[in-house]
Amino acid sequence: MSVAVEQKRKKSFGQRVIIHFKRYWRLHVLALPCLLYLLLFNYAPMFGLTLAFQDYKVSTGFLHSEWVGLKNFEFLFKTTDAWRITRNTVCYNAVFLVITPVLAVTLAIVFNEIYVKRYAKALQTMLIMPNFLSMTVVAIIVYGFLSQSNGILNQIMKATGGTVRNWYTYKPIWPFLLVIIYIWKNIGYSSIVYVASISGISQDYYEAAVLDGATKWQQAKYITIPHMRNIIVIMFIMNLGGLIRGDIGLFQQVTQDSGALYEYTDVIDTYVYRALRTLGNTGMSAATGFYQSVVGFILVIVANTIVRRVDPDSALF
Amino acid sequence: MAKEKSNGNSFARINRVKPLTNVIFCIILTVFAVTSVYPMLLVLGVSVSSSEALTYNGFKVIPSEFNFDAYKNLFKSGSQLVDSYKVTIFVTVVSTVLGVMMMAMYAFVLANKRFAARKFYTFVPFFTMLFSGGLVPSYIINTNVLHLYNTVWILILSGLVSAFNIVVLRTFITGTIPEEMMDAAAIDGANDFTVFFRIVLPLAKAGLATIGLFVLVNKWNDWFAGMLYIDNPKLVPLQTMLSRIQKQIDFIKNNSSIASTPDGLVLLKSMPTEQTRMATLMLTTLPILFAYPFFQKYFIQGLTIGSVKG
Repeated sequence: MSVAVEQKRKKSFGQRVIIHFKRYWRLHVLALPCLLYLLLFNYAPMFGLTLAFQDYKVSTGFLHSEWVGLKNFEFLFKTTDAWRITRNTVCYNAVFLVITPVLAVTLAIVFNEIYVKRYAKALQTMLIMPNFLSMTVVAIIVYGFLSQSNGILNQIMKATGGTVRNWYTYKPIWPFLLVIIYIWKNIGYSSIVYVASISGISQDYYEAAVLDGATKWQQAKYITIPHMRNIIVIMFIMNLGGLIRGDIGLFQQVTQDSGALYEYTDVIDTYVYRALRTLGNTGMSAATGFYQSVVGFILVIVANTIVRRVDPDSALF
Repeated sequence: MAKEKSNGNSFARINRVKPLTNVIFCIILTVFAVTSVYPMLLVLGVSVSSSEALTYNGFKVIPSEFNFDAYKNLFKSGSQLVDSYKVTIFVTVVSTVLGVMMMAMYAFVLANKRFAARKFYTFVPFFTMLFSGGLVPSYIINTNVLHLYNTVWILILSGLVSAFNIVVLRTFITGTIPEEMMDAAAIDGANDFTVFFRIVLPLAKAGLATIGLFVLVNKWNDWFAGMLYIDNPKLVPLQTMLSRIQKQIDFIKNNSSIASTPDGLVLLKSMPTEQTRMATLMLTTLPILFAYPFFQKYFIQGLTIGSVKG
């Protein structure tokens, strides 16, 4: 035993590396394609964040562009844009973040209580359908409702004597619309996770509860929901990083990128996209992206730290 | 056996909501479900409307007059549609095979508990879940460093590997394939390649199917990569094409001054009708809509495994 330890110690680092590769080179080979992919498409852009501090020119490239310090950020925060896009991004996502689990968990519990299971399954299949539509498809569907000449909403307005409008330039309804569209697209899918997690709870708990005379309401409150707490918290933390990320599909495609709506629909991602593609301002869009990445990162770390303090089991890492 | 079963049923029968509550629940859920499906029916209805029906009654699920010209025209003259179909099918198939293979190989490496470099390999994808370079640096690297602008490869490669999918696969492998089995194979002289291809791949089929479907749906529905990186009409994927049609129409409508010029009138005539737009939407989405009830099961499975802590 001690000899073995001695021998192990005697081996230099280089020798150990050689032994490791002799035994495990095949695993390294298997990991290589993915590793390369991640380095090229995920890690290389992280170094590209230095763009935020440069005056980027295509001719000079990453490495030789002029350093300009915080000028790009100054540009961003001097206008009211920074406040507007941050407010929109955070507010919409905060609403999504709260409504989704509440509604999804409720739906899951209700699904579980329906007598005829086959009917519940059929409804579930219908409810998940919107999740398989792309946002460009959703955008056109929404257009079917909002189209000025033919849309359903204006038909209703005509029939009830309301105002017929071009809804794509009418700001006040968009905060509500976007939330409804988001829920419409995502709620079925989100509820599935919780349906699955309910079916994993042992029946013994419920039998014991019934013997003690618990009502259905009490069972949900004291058995079902506490059992789902872990998964709810994990989903919450995972989505929290997205608090600062706006879905371009929802905020740009669905709103038809209508400038009249920007005050309520412009989020960080659509802003970055526009700055990059329409205005061609690489520096400012990179600065905005940098700001977004850093805030998102801090959010997840802080949330996870808090959760780990309160309830270590529910922490993500 | 039969008695046990009836016991189980009888508990479910005792412990259930009141009949009235059941009815209310059913109604609520039915309303939700119909709301989910109704818009799609509306699109279908518009796509088979006659122009007169649209002018007089607006969009209706069941049009007052049917007309299938939109579909006929799309199939007749729709070379863009055919091109886009080809691109999307190619991209979807290649991405699914390539993506699943790469991620399965990586997940197998992570599932290997004795592998000393495992920690490093676990950290690499995990960190991408927390932090990302964002759109602009990615765009510049993809176009100026990797030169993928206007190539079919960017459509395949963008977002191909995701940390979430790797975690799902790793959890699936460790959960379904006992370590002893892999050890036994190793003792019998199988190397890591053999273990992966002969044991892990066949046994992890359900997990691979799940991830395959995630990738497949993502790629079929991806419009963003096309919008960002593709100019060449021959390479525009279906969903990007759909978004472009919509933009064209808006552009002409919002610039009425253009519409009154001679050029504008030509444009206006060539502008796709509402029916064409909706018919195009149906054609780009139908494959997924028909397929999804069949693979719903795998999706649920994938989500359930994936939500297990990694």
